[in-house]
Amino acid sequence: MSMNNQGRPTDTGETAPITPDFESYSGHKGLRLAEPLIHEIGNAESSGVDVPDCGDFDMALGGLQRSGKMGIPGLPEPDAVRHYTRLSRKNYGIDMGLFPLGSCTMKHNPRLNEKMARLPGFADIHPLQPVSSVQGALALMEELSHWIMTLTGMPAVALSPKAGAHGELCGIMAIRTALEARGDARQVILVPDSAHGTNPATATFCGYSVKSIPGKADGRVDLEALKSALDDTVAGVMITNPNTCGLFEHEIRDIADAIHDAGAFFYCDGANFTAIMGKARPGDLGVDAMHLNLHKTFSTPHGGGGPGSGPVVFSAALADHAPIPYVMDVGGALTMKEWKDGEADSTLGRMTAFHGQMGMYVRALSYMLSHGSDGLKQAAEDAVLSANYLLASLKDVMSASFDGPCMHEALFDDRFLKDTGVTTLDFAKAMIDEGFHPMTMYFPLVVQGAMLIEPTESESKGNLDQFIRSMRGLALEAKAGKVERFKGAPFYAPLRRLDETQAARKPILRYIPPE
Amino acid sequence: MIKFTEEHEWLLVDGDTVTVGITDYAQKALGDVVFVELPEVGASFGKDEDAAVVESVKAASDVFAPISGEIMDVNGALEDDPSLVNSAAMDAGWFFKMKASDMSEMDAMMDETGYNDFVAGLE
Repeated sequence: MSMNNQGRPTDTGETAPITPDFESYSGHKGLRLAEPLIHEIGNAESSGVDVPDCGDFDMALGGLQRSGKMGIPGLPEPDAVRHYTRLSRKNYGIDMGLFPLGSCTMKHNPRLNEKMARLPGFADIHPLQPVSSVQGALALMEELSHWIMTLTGMPAVALSPKAGAHGELCGIMAIRTALEARGDARQVILVPDSAHGTNPATATFCGYSVKSIPGKADGRVDLEALKSALDDTVAGVMITNPNTCGLFEHEIRDIADAIHDAGAFFYCDGANFTAIMGKARPGDLGVDAMHLNLHKTFSTPHGGGGPGSGPVVFSAALADHAPIPYVMDVGGALTMKEWKDGEADSTLGRMTAFHGQMGMYVRALSYMLSHGSDGLKQAAEDAVLSANYLLASLKDVMSASFDGPCMHEALFDDRFLKDTGVTTLDFAKAMIDEGFHPMTMYFPLVVQGAMLIEPTESESKGNLDQFIRSMRGLALEAKAGKVERFKGAPFYAPLRRLDETQAARKPILRYIPPE
Repeated sequence: MIKFTEEHEWLLVDGDTVTVGITDYAQKALGDVVFVELPEVGASFGKDEDAAVVESVKAASDVFAPISGEIMDVNGALEDDPSLVNSAAMDAGWFFKMKASDMSEMDAMMDETGYNDFVAGLE
């Protein structure tokens, strides 16, 4: 045999210390690459494109031409590609791991949805094309509308609103239009104290004053307090169901009856529809208007990954006031109802320039069709099961805010951290070191130091167990007084604890070049 | 004379001029204050109407007009340096001064001992 001893060694060598006592010359840490701002690495003089000298020419700008530098960074193509690829590797998204952000419903975005949305008949069309050339796209909108109305048990839907808060605006504008049509000048919107912050913001934006309804000790709306606040000044009531404590408002029918008896309308915030999809229909619960977040419940990307989409469903009482445009079937040909036709037309008008987020409609309908009605129901059941598995696995070491099972999200507060010196913020930062996106913290405001965890139906039991191991481990360490790993967290993130206070007090909103 | 409300606001009463701020307990519960929105001088409020907004790293909260009356002065320093609410809640971190239209509205409010007992009962 020949003895070749020049090859590459395969043993691991001497064991290195866990924490190196040197800094690299480059500032990189192995595959964790330090990345400056694009303005700091590029300049307009060194772009990857050679533009020929334009020679002598007559300036036609009348002395208004730019005199200083434009300040636009220029980079050769490989450097530009590397810059954005390096940044993307620092990102954490649902494609990286569990994203338990309560009230945000970060569920998996199935790749089938993406494939459908890229079909040229959906992806390469323009909103100003003649409707005769986009009949397939309009048919998809019709079918999506049908699924949404069936799932919610409501007779009308407006697809155009662009996100949840825009959907709220649409619903409250329809309520105002309906009240104006009957000559009623009601001025108040009631909102429970556990509401999403967008609810009072929406009501205020629509010109209403907002009154808060206190919750009961069990985390639900106080029906008696609501009844005593209802009078002929109340235009509507905005309630989320399941609510932001992750609880089903089981008195919802009585709440709806009380609202209607007072001559007001019932707006339901549908942000948490994922928990009741296929199980309960808002139309049966007495709801007059509700938005759906396609980007939550129906798995279209969000959180920086894609635009939102917030279709709004309406009861018969509000259907005539829904916004334009919408798809109409005229003798077998689909067309868009685009204009308000005179005074007899009761629509609230138009909320968007065109018809809404076509790409999200394709993705949402793909999710619906690939699951089927039975699959959607199971998705809701699995989302609730996952949250209850978390709740049951954590409530002996953390403090669950309310007794009993939850819906699709589990709410904890900071009582279990009392006297440990660890805050909810510290705990959330320690979750980053564990490789998880932190849960929603300090919301809802009705409990102190809230931690709202929503695992969704996407996670396997193995993934949930891994998350539970980290949560339990951290909770026990905090109680045992080991505060260092919390106070300094995150240790393993690209950047350590950021000064959020200073960032909010003195925000730097643009790049300022060095002098 | 200083009075306190259950909404964690303090009122320093000098004749019919009342200086209003939030208590030390409130600023601790809010966390680092990052923004304060003050009412217009000359605006009138009814008792318990929203008069100002205080925003911390955790949440935004309304500051109520604890009595009815007219805004005489506002603490403009808070707009440049909202951290005064944290560092001097009971002093330089005052929000606004009101001209009270009904002094009897303050009769039922707590004094300092009463408020301290009230806060102790919350914990």
